[in-house]
Amino acid sequence: MNLESIPLQAFLIVSSALFCIGIWGLLNSRNAVRVLMSIELMLNAVNINLMAFSSYIDNNLIQGQVFTIFVITVAAAEAAVGLAILLSLYRNRVTVDMESFNLLKW
Amino acid sequence: MSIAITTQFICFTVLSLVVIIGALGVVLLESIVYSAFLLGGVFMSVAGLYLLLNASFVAAAQVLVYVGAVNVLIIFAIMLVNKKEDLKPISDIKSRRVISTSICLTLLSLLIRVDLTNVWSLSSPQNSIGEESTIRIGEHLFSDYLLPFEVASVLLLMAMIGAIVLARRDVMSKDISTGLPVDQELIEKSSEPLLTNKN
Repeated sequence: MNLESIPLQAFLIVSSALFCIGIWGLLNSRNAVRVLMSIELMLNAVNINLMAFSSYIDNNLIQGQVFTIFVITVAAAEAAVGLAILLSLYRNRVTVDMESFNLLKW
Repeated sequence: MSIAITTQFICFTVLSLVVIIGALGVVLLESIVYSAFLLGGVFMSVAGLYLLLNASFVAAAQVLVYVGAVNVLIIFAIMLVNKKEDLKPISDIKSRRVISTSICLTLLSLLIRVDLTNVWSLSSPQNSIGEESTIRIGEHLFSDYLLPFEVASVLLLMAMIGAIVLARRDVMSKDISTGLPVDQELIEKSSEPLLTNKN
């Protein structure tokens, strides 16, 4: 192979695969903690995408890296609040099974 | 970047394999504790991918925030809610699996097709600022991204207060649901769960 750098498509394919694995975990997990982990996986896939575009298409202004910083901030806040909600759910229902959280089912 | 291209390819291949296999392990493994530690490995490998993209500051932020804070938080949550329980079997679990897997595979093929067929307008590598990206991020954060930066600080404060309020164990003189006085000495005593029986 005679390339001068890693192609952009390689990063995009890795992030696509990571995103789809995250969606699969989100849809299929019974444990609420694993659902939060899947959300973190999806956020990481989006971050890889932003970083790859920032490096290959916008490599002078690198606005994608600034966006990644903001996404990391929001992900940290989301994880903290999500796990707090999970703890208070566990205190009320004594389970972390997603199938038993059906109070809002229509 | 001054690393030889072969080294870059080897690093990229190893890191992507760790990311993909680790992510599969996170969603597929039975034990949630193994999943949490694998998630830490996935976060570290993603930080390595950022280093390959000339972004040392974001890689450091990724390690600090994700591995140092989010992953530790997840492990603590597992420790607090880790109770062996027999999950109730779902009747249509097989069709659910089939449908969700086919949706994910369709989405994956669609995304990969877009990745490979679209013609990206790549900029020339001569424009790249390379290792000065940390300086440029600082300039962005204090000029054109100043408002989002300040709003992010408010967001973090809100998240911190919200997490404290949600996870706090209320110490009250009277129980809200029953009106009986609460035994203040035994705060750790398990109270009657409010919503368990409702199905």
